Amino acid sequence: MNERMLRILAPAAVLALGVMAWDLVVRVNGIPPYILPSPGLVMRTLVADWSILWSSLLATLTTTVEGLLLAVVGGIGLAVLFNQSRLVEHSLYPYAVILQVTPVVAIAPLLLIYLPQQAAVLACAWIVAFFPVLANTTLGLNSVDHNLADLFRLYGASRWQVLWELKLPAAQPQMLAGIRIAGGLSLIGAVVAEIAAGSAGAGSGLAYRIAESGYRLNIPRMFAALILLSVTGIVIFFALSLLSHLLLRRWHESAVAAER
Amino acid sequence: MGHPTTPVVSLRGVGKAFGTGTLALDRLDLDVRTGEFLSLLGPSGCGKSTALRIIAGLSEPSRGSVTWQGGDARRGIGFVFQEPTLMPWATVLDNVFLPLKLGGADRAAEIPRVMDTLSRVGLAEFAQAYPRELSGGMRMRVSIARALVTAPRVLLMDEPFAALDEITRFKLNDDLVALWRELGMTVVFVTHSVFESVYLSERIVVMTGRPGRVSSELAIEAPNRDARFRTSAEYAAYCRLASDALASAMRAPQGAAA
Repeated sequence: MNERMLRILAPAAVLALGVMAWDLVVRVNGIPPYILPSPGLVMRTLVADWSILWSSLLATLTTTVEGLLLAVVGGIGLAVLFNQSRLVEHSLYPYAVILQVTPVVAIAPLLLIYLPQQAAVLACAWIVAFFPVLANTTLGLNSVDHNLADLFRLYGASRWQVLWELKLPAAQPQMLAGIRIAGGLSLIGAVVAEIAAGSAGAGSGLAYRIAESGYRLNIPRMFAALILLSVTGIVIFFALSLLSHLLLRRWHESAVAAER
Repeated sequence: MGHPTTPVVSLRGVGKAFGTGTLALDRLDLDVRTGEFLSLLGPSGCGKSTALRIIAGLSEPSRGSVTWQGGDARRGIGFVFQEPTLMPWATVLDNVFLPLKLGGADRAAEIPRVMDTLSRVGLAEFAQAYPRELSGGMRMRVSIARALVTAPRVLLMDEPFAALDEITRFKLNDDLVALWRELGMTVVFVTHSVFESVYLSERIVVMTGRPGRVSSELAIEAPNRDARFRTSAEYAAYCRLASDALASAMRAPQGAAA
């Protein structure tokens, strides 16, 4: 069996075994569905509640994607600004770190007081997602080959040319690594904010459905929503990995190694 | 070899001290004559690369002056680093186009010029390749093409072939001599290899260990630079002369580290 098949078959087998064990435990012990539903019931709920879950999924996905886009724009924008001006970097960087290290769960309730709900949820997604983009892009912009930088100087390149023709292209691999992390974090930020908002009594995202189902002891729907959230995270991760691969495959070692 | 003796660039009393207090160059006097192939030969750490960077304007001398014939404005420099120093995200064509692009040139209009330069280094059919797809020797050719594309008055090379295998180095040496003759430019070539400097140059300036100064000068007179020259008695004699000059430069009571 080759490596590639093993990579797909091995985790698939683990999944199948896990689901079977889950099913067996529920059947043998006669566990009621409001404590632990069987995998079959979870799948039936997923189908039966699809219209509710689908609209919730769209709501969460919209927040996540918007949060990610703002994080990419904000993170790269700030990184460029920091790179161009020491003063701006020294003035703002500590606050970027503070925003990053303060748990978003703790910030969310405050944001929900001061901002409209949708804006607060989006702000949470942005707060957790922008930092890896900022940190990675900053690293990339600062690790330009110094001989190449000398070459640009030799030919009298303007500040703008150095940024656009040298620093930004050179920072691409790190930037894309940051964006890949940000994708997952944006989903986490959205979910955290929805849960916080949900407990305040409003909302429509997947995380809100999970909180709501929890109060109503609708455990099968909780599981169904949880599965959808996981799948969303996986899809985002693979989509961003694909983007990174497509942009880097012609020239960067990280993508070249994956091709072999 | 009958070049006019007007220097294209003159260094007078050039000294360079780094922030750490290390003195890399001290009272360096050097004339680069128009059209010559000049090698700066010296032990590693003797400041020859620093001297080259000062000529290029990449580093400011702490003392002394650098005077260009016709003034600083039209220096017209091509620079080749020890590493190929290519942009890995750009094709060979775009790498060679870079100096023109930074000068504000239009890509479509300059493609013939870029392709012509690539043909000179034998890489025309690799225009669309990316650097990682090329061998070390080919990458160095791209680097040389990039330095030549602006038709510089002076080509500055900082140990460009040091990292290449011997066969590739010999081939690039021959190609470089051919390009120099064909284009009639001035070359300043930094090396720590006695053999390479004798094979390539018309004139070798031997530098002392840190702080770097001119220790002695050697003129190499050979009608042709080819395989026959490389195995000739004259070549061997020149190599011995250059070796001796280098050895005495390293013995010179100059400073602490050599």
